[in-house]
Amino acid sequence: MSRLQVVSGKGGTGKTTVAAALALALATEGKRTLLVEVEGRQGIAQLFETEALPYEERKIAVAPGGGEVYALAIDPELALLDYLQMFYKLGGAGRALKKLGAIDFATTIAPGLRDVLLTGKACEAVRRKDKSGRFAYDYVVMDAPPTGRITRFLNVNDEVAGLAKIGPIHNQAQAVMRVLKSKETAVHLVTLLEEMPVQETADGIAELRAAKLPVGRIMVNMVRPEVLDAADLELVRSVPRSSVARALSAAGLGGARRGGNAEKLVDPLLEQAEEYAERYELEHEQRAVLAELGLPLHELPLLAEGMDLAGLYELATELRKQGMS
Amino acid sequence: MSPDPAADQESTRHPLSPARTLDVDPLLDDPKTRIVVCCGSGGVGKTTTAAALGLRAAERGRKVVVLTIDPARRLAQSMGIDSLDNTPRRVKDVDGGGELHAMMLDMKRTFDEIVEAHADRERAAAILSNPFYQSLSAGFAGTQEYMAMEKLGQLRARNEWDLIVVDTPPSRSALDFLDAPKRLGSFLDGRLIRLLTAPAKLGGRAGMKFLNVGMSMMTGTLGKLLGGQLLKDVQTFVSAMDTTFGGFRTRADATYKLLQAPGTAFLVVAAPERDALREAAYFVERLAAEDMPLAGLVLNRVHGSGAARLSAERALAAAENLVEPRIVDQDGGKAGLRNSPDPYGSSESPASEPHSPGADGDVDQLTAGLLRLHADRMQLLSREQRTRDRFTTLHPEVAVAEVAALPGDVHDLAGLRNIGDRLTANRPELPETAVDPRD
Repeated sequence: MSRLQVVSGKGGTGKTTVAAALALALATEGKRTLLVEVEGRQGIAQLFETEALPYEERKIAVAPGGGEVYALAIDPELALLDYLQMFYKLGGAGRALKKLGAIDFATTIAPGLRDVLLTGKACEAVRRKDKSGRFAYDYVVMDAPPTGRITRFLNVNDEVAGLAKIGPIHNQAQAVMRVLKSKETAVHLVTLLEEMPVQETADGIAELRAAKLPVGRIMVNMVRPEVLDAADLELVRSVPRSSVARALSAAGLGGARRGGNAEKLVDPLLEQAEEYAERYELEHEQRAVLAELGLPLHELPLLAEGMDLAGLYELATELRKQGMS
Repeated sequence: MSPDPAADQESTRHPLSPARTLDVDPLLDDPKTRIVVCCGSGGVGKTTTAAALGLRAAERGRKVVVLTIDPARRLAQSMGIDSLDNTPRRVKDVDGGGELHAMMLDMKRTFDEIVEAHADRERAAAILSNPFYQSLSAGFAGTQEYMAMEKLGQLRARNEWDLIVVDTPPSRSALDFLDAPKRLGSFLDGRLIRLLTAPAKLGGRAGMKFLNVGMSMMTGTLGKLLGGQLLKDVQTFVSAMDTTFGGFRTRADATYKLLQAPGTAFLVVAAPERDALREAAYFVERLAAEDMPLAGLVLNRVHGSGAARLSAERALAAAENLVEPRIVDQDGGKAGLRNSPDPYGSSESPASEPHSPGADGDVDQLTAGLLRLHADRMQLLSREQRTRDRFTTLHPEVAVAEVAALPGDVHDLAGLRNIGDRLTANRPELPETAVDPRD
């Protein structure tokens, strides 16, 4: 299991949720994981129902079996000052730089510098050891930018290394790139069983592979339960309305005759079944497309009650069951 | 006689009270509406909404251009814009008297065009080949947002269309497109740039010694950090840009003002999910703070049910009623005791038509499945309703248009037309379908 787990996915697929569930799943049996956020959206804090995360590693959850999940929202500006302090002892000069707009420049405009700082911080956490020589975190899970930007985001170090041909940024970028392209890293893509996210996943994988970044697994999120199977759907097409009406009536839902309450339910229920059938077929097609990508697939259920903290633990259990830890 | 399910809840169409209903057609028809900006978090159907609005406006007689940022391939193909060439193309097979044009933003091309338009050939070539420029224009933080706004300004200036519908970039924060022009503008016009381009000149004045020290330390630091060669690239780039077209900030300000102008309408797009609506609420507040004219919220993928009178609980209980006797039957060796007296006390059932026990069991099982499916739907409905109500309580002033969910994806004009109909029908129920001829 790679120690840096990068989780990406199309917007709306729930990548933050999956990243958090993965961090929990990996933290079992006394392990310690760090969940890292890089886009400043405070999605982790909302998910764990805590106040906004500072730029500081902070324990946010305890996993079953005594493991711990820490979280960190990386702020590029603070990461840069951190970095300057670490390598140049420039703490005080930071303020002067800020006044001149240099920090703004470096963190928002300078080509890729922002991304180097973000990935650099995550890699630093991966490599960090405590005094006894043990890794500070067993795993680092990154809630990364969406699929459309992930390759550029991770590969930016290469780009910066090309742009800044010498100097510490160059060296830093090279060092980060060595971690990101090694077996220490796995990039997972979260998708739904819908056409657009699946297409984007396929494109994303192709891009990652072209950039020689290590692709991990595909996580299919919000999978709906199978309520009707193929045989049921076959029957839906041929069943006489009157039999359904009688069955509904037998179940205590009113009269089966025309105009009876049970009878009035038949059309809307069959219509919902038809919608279900259409989606069922689409989902099967999308599953087939995903299977062709030749990567391990995990499926996470749609939680009927919506996403909350309990749901997060449920998903973590599911990931463990599926061998993600 | 069992209680009448219809009596459970009389009207379960969930009206949007107290929120207002957003009427999209008057907005699209009003000749004073010149720009519609669709914004919202990723994955809520923003691009599809923009395309559907564009098509609808065109079919209602307006001359429309849709500017999409990063459309799904098939959606783009449905409008005939599968080539990324940065120019509006007319969409074929649009009904009605208007016209629909569509284009996909190519941010690098847009940036290159600005350079080419404002610099002489030699200087333009120098900028275009500068490595720093190449990185900046290929899509680092903010460039896409900036170029989207730049393109919007260009389209508006051409004055060839009565209505421009813009999709906003899938930003890390939904608001980046508001900030990016200012940020890039203030960077390119800013002190840092002056400093990088001409440190000696700036620091040379008397009485500026302190600043001078700060600055040389800073250029030194930057040089150390970035490497001397990158710094030199930046300096070359900036001086080339500077002399050819200053006033990035002026352009950014103009675009910003355009967004605030009365002819602009913002539509916040969301789905009835917690995160999407939280982002939407944030967006609404931000637009208000920036004096941007918000027309309303488009709530995509809202589910409905034609049988909303039957609650999830009752549906599940009924499903159990149907399945349990079957289990008993199986225990009893599949004796097929379907004709046992009806234990549910419904006087209207069951009909006495002879049915083979096996088929009957299948129908019962299927019906139980239909009921469970319905229970799922009702649970989804109430969850969506709760999420939406939370939003409308926070922002009762925001008009809302609900779009009934489609089971599949949209990839042709008919699909977009359908979305447009749903967008204006403003009811989450499933559209009426023809009477099923099976019975």
